[in-house]
Amino acid sequence: MSSQQKTYFALDAEMFGNIIDVLKDLGYTVYGPTERDGAIVYDVLDSAEQIARGLYDEQSPGRYKLVKKNDKRYFGYVVGPQSPKYVLYPPQHLLFKVRKDGKTFIPQSDGKKIAIVGLRPCDLKAIEILDNVLLKGPYKESVYEALRKDAVFIAVNCVEPGNNCFCTSMNTGPFAQSGYDICITEFLTDRSHVFILDVMTNRGAEVVNRLGCRNATAEELDAVSRLMEEAKNKVRKRLNTENLKDDLYKNIEHPNWNEVGNRCLACGNCTLVCPTCFCSSVFDKSSLSMDVAERWGLWDSCFSIDYSYIHGGSIRQSIMSRYRQWLMHKLATWVDQFGTFGCVGCGRCITWCPVGIDITEEANRVRG
Amino acid sequence: MARKIPKIAVYKFASCDGCQLSIVDLEDELLEIGQRFEIAYFMEVTRAVKKGPYDVGLVEGSISTPHDVELIKSIRKDCKKLVAIGACATAGGIQALRNWASVEEFSKYVYAKPEYIQTLEKSSPISEYVQVDLELRGCPVNKYQLLEVLSALLAGRKPNTPTYSVCMECKRKGNVCVTVAKGIPCLGPVVQAGCGALCPTYSRGCYGCFGPMESPNVKSLASKFIELGMDKKDIVLMFREFTGWSKEFREVDRLIEE
Ligand code: SF4
Ligand code: SF4
Repeated sequence: MSSQQKTYFALDAEMFGNIIDVLKDLGYTVYGPTERDGAIVYDVLDSAEQIARGLYDEQSPGRYKLVKKNDKRYFGYVVGPQSPKYVLYPPQHLLFKVRKDGKTFIPQSDGKKIAIVGLRPCDLKAIEILDNVLLKGPYKESVYEALRKDAVFIAVNCVEPGNNCFCTSMNTGPFAQSGYDICITEFLTDRSHVFILDVMTNRGAEVVNRLGCRNATAEELDAVSRLMEEAKNKVRKRLNTENLKDDLYKNIEHPNWNEVGNRCLACGNCTLVCPTCFCSSVFDKSSLSMDVAERWGLWDSCFSIDYSYIHGGSIRQSIMSRYRQWLMHKLATWVDQFGTFGCVGCGRCITWCPVGIDITEEANRVRG
Repeated sequence: MARKIPKIAVYKFASCDGCQLSIVDLEDELLEIGQRFEIAYFMEVTRAVKKGPYDVGLVEGSISTPHDVELIKSIRKDCKKLVAIGACATAGGIQALRNWASVEEFSKYVYAKPEYIQTLEKSSPISEYVQVDLELRGCPVNKYQLLEVLSALLAGRKPNTPTYSVCMECKRKGNVCVTVAKGIPCLGPVVQAGCGALCPTYSRGCYGCFGPMESPNVKSLASKFIELGMDKKDIVLMFREFTGWSKEFREVDRLIEE
């Protein structure tokens, strides 16, 4: 790490709040991790004071718990129930509005520039995947495009990966490789509390220039490298991706699909917390006065019956077939469709599944 | 506009009137509704009654007496479209709790002269006796869903009333799951959306007033509740509330033992 040409900067923890202030001065609406109702969620930040501090998350299948420690760490937790898609591709979004007099209103970007602070390496990868799906095809998803275009990402490396993280298997973490403007490593010891900043883009440089950082020392960079090695070893959940796609295709009739179909609630939580699940539906609203109609986009899920409704009915009646559709898409058909896995190993679907169904275990059983 | 003004009738059977009040509660839209529809029969609001047939009938309440049975059949004939509104009309309501007990026994304790009481063995949803065109769930119904049905009717389009889980609304709202983060038993995963995830938004588990979603996996959720430390007895009670008599929740006791 220290051998690269890139310049790394260091910012003392007391100064961390300046990042938020600078972003705001540059005209960004800043989102960051805050504590609400017992979890870490994204919210608009006025100042760094709102960022959840001294909190650690314990995650296991179907369970999430925040634990308070007496330290001043900013980013002691990993991912919460919301992913950046919540900010960049809002759950419900107006597509257009038509009036009886023929006037059509298509919402234009209000020029709002978004900065997200505290995204994790897996989330950066997820955004790359969303870009691929929503922007690279013949039709662009305009809502996402407008919010995504000028967005700035201040990512955070995961020094303490969580129990449901399997980013090392998906090659997405725990340290970021790409997709950020600035990537931060938080470094907390008994003696010091500093942030090491790795700047990737001009936009990132613009922020850093205003912060008045010093260059990181060689020792600090060595420490970062050590943290990275340690963090890798702390990611204990695994999914063997070798031949994964073919193994899954071969086992499309495996009895385990029925078994997991008996446990799955078809509630759709896994899809809505997943940072790459992009499915949405459209619905129309008309007013009682009958002179305005609106068309809205809304996050949908392959776990709903209507999702596969075609002429004559839904083609995925059983819960089993819906679960199979979802897992197969994430880990097999996505590869054929878009050239990568549809999973970045963030573990959200495992934690937030009310009955704790674990995608890595199910994939392994089916291959088994 | 030469469009014909649709005639609405609102009826009540065994119920608390809460759903009818939800119509009245559409305060900002009431004037508009009055202009777009002819309120032809709505006893909760006015004694003025216009004769049928009606374009749409909204029916609140469950069928619980022999007289109800006759009445709902004639209402069905009077209304081109029939919409059952609320937990009583769509699942039998809280009064369907008696369906697991002896109604005679209850009558003996409640009424001085039980012989005057003419009642059916069971409290049933409207669909048990006549064909229903649409069911609007909830205890009470959600006013935005009511409005959606009325607007759709005017526009001649299908109303948008999803049948998937409450979880979908919860997650879209950005709520933190009360079951996963706090260990609170919540019926949301097996209950139909439509309320806007009202209870979980206030950090409480869903009580299930919108009844079963399209493919409820009651058994799996009950196993989760057991894991959270609930007694089987309490789980059965949790399902036996407003919509306990719905087909999918009715047999929760048997499902738990399986
Ligand atoms: S499938 Fe699960 S682990 Fe993979 S990216 Fe989606 S939420 Fe994360
Ligand atoms: S896998 Fe879990 S979260 Fe996903 S639909 Fe099934 S029960 Fe719900």
